[in-house]
Amino acid sequence: MGREPVSTDLGMPRRRVNPEASERGTLRGDLGFPQAARVALANGQLRRNLGHATATIRAKRAAVVAELDDWEALRDAGSALKADVMSRLPELLEQLEANVTARGGVVHWARDADEANAVITSIIQGVGARDGRPVDQVVKVKSMATQETGLNEALAAQGIAAVETDLAELIVQLADDKPSHILVPAIHRNRAEIRQIFLEHMAGVDPGLTDEPRVLAMAARAHLRRTFLSARVAISGANFGVAETGTLAVVESEGNGRMCLTLPDTLITLMGIEKLVPTWRDLEVFLQLLPRSSTGERMNPYTSLWTGVTPGDGPQEFHLVLLDNGRTAALADQVGRSALHCIRCSACLNVCPVYERVGGHAYGSVYPGPIGAVLTPQLAGMHGHPGVGPGAGPGDPVDTLPYASSLCGACFDACPVKIDIPSLLVHLRAQHVDGERARHRLPTAERAAMAAAAWVMATPGRFATAEKGLAAGRLVGRGGRISSLPPPLSAWTSARDLPVPPRETFRQWWSRRPSPAGTPSPFVRGAPSDE
Amino acid sequence: MRIAVFATCLADALFPRAAQATVLLLERLGHEVVFPADQTCCGQMHVNTGYQREALPVVGHHVDVFERALAPVADGGLGADVIVAPSGSCVGSVRHQHAMVASSAGDEPLAGRAAQVAAKTYELSELLVDVLGVTDVGASYPHRVTYHPTCHSLRLLRVGDKPLRLLRSVAGIDLVELPGADQCCGFGGTFALKNADTSTAMLADKMRAVQATSAEVLTAGDSSCLMHIGGGLSRLRVGTRTVHLAEILAGEGWDANL
Amino acid sequence: MTSSSRRGAPGPTGNGAKDEILRRIRRATTEADAGTPGGAVPRGYHLQGEHSPGSPELIELLRDRLLDYRAAVHRCSPEEVPATVASALADRQARRVVVPAGLDPAWLAGWPGDAVPDRPAAPLTVTDLDGMDGVVTGCAVAIADTGTLVLDASADQGRRVITLVPDYHLVVVRAEQVVQSVPEGLARMDPDRPLTMISGPSATSDIELNRVEGVHGPRTLVVVLVG
Repeated sequence: MGREPVSTDLGMPRRRVNPEASERGTLRGDLGFPQAARVALANGQLRRNLGHATATIRAKRAAVVAELDDWEALRDAGSALKADVMSRLPELLEQLEANVTARGGVVHWARDADEANAVITSIIQGVGARDGRPVDQVVKVKSMATQETGLNEALAAQGIAAVETDLAELIVQLADDKPSHILVPAIHRNRAEIRQIFLEHMAGVDPGLTDEPRVLAMAARAHLRRTFLSARVAISGANFGVAETGTLAVVESEGNGRMCLTLPDTLITLMGIEKLVPTWRDLEVFLQLLPRSSTGERMNPYTSLWTGVTPGDGPQEFHLVLLDNGRTAALADQVGRSALHCIRCSACLNVCPVYERVGGHAYGSVYPGPIGAVLTPQLAGMHGHPGVGPGAGPGDPVDTLPYASSLCGACFDACPVKIDIPSLLVHLRAQHVDGERARHRLPTAERAAMAAAAWVMATPGRFATAEKGLAAGRLVGRGGRISSLPPPLSAWTSARDLPVPPRETFRQWWSRRPSPAGTPSPFVRGAPSDE
Repeated sequence: MRIAVFATCLADALFPRAAQATVLLLERLGHEVVFPADQTCCGQMHVNTGYQREALPVVGHHVDVFERALAPVADGGLGADVIVAPSGSCVGSVRHQHAMVASSAGDEPLAGRAAQVAAKTYELSELLVDVLGVTDVGASYPHRVTYHPTCHSLRLLRVGDKPLRLLRSVAGIDLVELPGADQCCGFGGTFALKNADTSTAMLADKMRAVQATSAEVLTAGDSSCLMHIGGGLSRLRVGTRTVHLAEILAGEGWDANL
Repeated sequence: MTSSSRRGAPGPTGNGAKDEILRRIRRATTEADAGTPGGAVPRGYHLQGEHSPGSPELIELLRDRLLDYRAAVHRCSPEEVPATVASALADRQARRVVVPAGLDPAWLAGWPGDAVPDRPAAPLTVTDLDGMDGVVTGCAVAIADTGTLVLDASADQGRRVITLVPDYHLVVVRAEQVVQSVPEGLARMDPDRPLTMISGPSATSDIELNRVEGVHGPRTLVVVLVG
């Protein structure tokens, strides 16, 4: 990413090379999900860390959710509020803009990632010009939106270093890595690795640093404190934007949010247009849903709420950048738009058996896991999607995301705003196939098999005939099992046996059963009615 | 009651015992069972793989067949009161996907008819407990058994503890709880082929849980999941066999006079 | 005129982006749905707790929650506040603390140390604050269910920075300020003021999910519950 600090180990410069952090988009990986998953599944440490982390957070979430006897009512309210927002978005966005502006903030609108990055860069450069001293470093509170736009890289290209201040984001940044989880982005790292990362990349770190989590956290505190106390510009995201009052909210745990939102003179907040709530009181729903769903706490340590600029307290210059970047494309899909209800709690990641085993990198997007599988294709543009763009061409990794699920439904149960992710996945799969069909690009073997199967299953006579053909399978097996089949069914038999087909099918059995007395009806006796 | 059996394409073709046991169980309980012989498949494989357009005729055919099954004999129907299937996923598809597929294709009349059929379609444990009001089906099955609640039964149909209540009433059964029971087995239909590596990783954990129970038998209400888990257990020669819930409820020796 | 444009920073981007985005939204929601029910939002959740504000059950619940968060909690009567505050500060071996200009001076009357007021006319610098042993404030409202203290930068709580930079924060919470539920708490919070909701000392679980307290912000939180 343009930075190549040297290590003094053995006096030899060491260039950081991390193959996972190669040049690629923020919503689109290099590999399709099945290929990326295969790589991830072989990473024992990732699986151990992820398995432990997700099991721990699952248990905590379950415990605090069980405490509330009105949890389902809160979910219903949260879901309805978000649906309301999506149906009144223009009105609510203009209301937010008016209220922020009335309180001394400046509102900007960005159609896409590049525009957002350009606006933010120009604001920062403006601060430097006004002060007569360029701004070459800004502090950041963790923000998924800024990851989505690739802000840090864009700023770096303009000579502005964006220092991540969330511990996990700091770890990821120092290691030139990519986050693997929305909430605990460094979950794929263990303490020994983190210690190593700090020793190699954290300026002024104590060489006697141990790998005890407390010691590591205190090293981060010391390292960042100097930066906080001297920062002139901070960049944040926002968990919620209240249209009625122009208030923004940042929900956090470590206190770096408070630092960034209070100490620097200029604050820039990037927020997706879908993160609105209509009125102040509506926060009562989300401030209960979010902490319990994300970190499994009754309430997170710090939540900061501010409206515009308060003279004498905190930043005296505030900019809000409202981001589209594909959200309007998702909105155009009447079914798909419910993915925009997401409040970024990551509960779905923590209950997903697929995510638990492969981690976030396999999805190739800053939004991984179940929600990522339905949001990323809509934001990034998937073949067949009615919204923006034709996607990246044939073999687009994004197209594999809707299939990265066994449709088990655990995500739907866990989602605090009741996004029906399994139905969205099925919907996007249909869009993908329809899109490929229109471009005459369906994988021939799969399409042929599906068309043949549908043809057989649409008519009972053909079905019965096809069943008879299965009898040949009895020749393939041994000891009652079939252990090897040609592709594509080899994908099955590589790990599983299949039973040898039975001597007779159910309907063959039924047709030779004696009729119950007095009921000679051909329907009852099972004769096919056509063909 | 007159009960129409929706055998499901998978049971019909590969696991007929699940459907046969369902028939014999219901007959033993004193009900009349009919089999609309022109049935084929619910179409979920197509719907779940994105081939909704191809699924439409399959859905239409299912609705035709079972609408006729429910129609009075005088109108050329079978006069069935309800429809039962030994499969949580197939009933899930009928209940939650058929009307959607029809509506998406712009066929609102079919969507309405599909909803009517769905309203009378039950998974086996739902039928026994909710409709027939029975939890003790009079079965005996003296074996160590562990039960896997399949994802569609658990989360889509929300059958809750009905299967367990049915199993607990079986004479002689040694029912042992499956660790991590509510974790997906990794089948997921074509997921098992398109994401075979991840599917296998999930299967490995499910098999480990099964082995921890030292059960002779793993049971579930879906032949598809049993085929997947059973296929893995067979490959690894674990020794635990898979038996559909219907076969246990039909009782030891149910297949004596097939 | 916004404060930003007065100071010469870039104003809002040209209206092109805003108009385009609003146009896209209107086209998306018109095309895709004729009358999606915005509808009434079902509010079947609890709008208030079973205990009324300031009741003994809530004080006890708040205390339990704060202890769960590993904050130190002292209960006292109104007359005992100065002594309790003084005793807590002595335990800390604090010599200089910053106080909001509008803090009740009686609260620190029993303490021999240096209570430095942060006045709007002469605000302390970040360096000053970094050198303080702690900060003492009141609060705006406390939510017992979640163990949350809310600061709203009123005169007895001060600018946000004074409760952020020092490593020790002592908050005096009066019984009548304690409500049970989040909805009740929000109803007493003024969205026009900068608000900070505090539910325990800062923490991270980013290293192998081991919870470590006190990353940034005050590592020690002491609560004096009055009444």
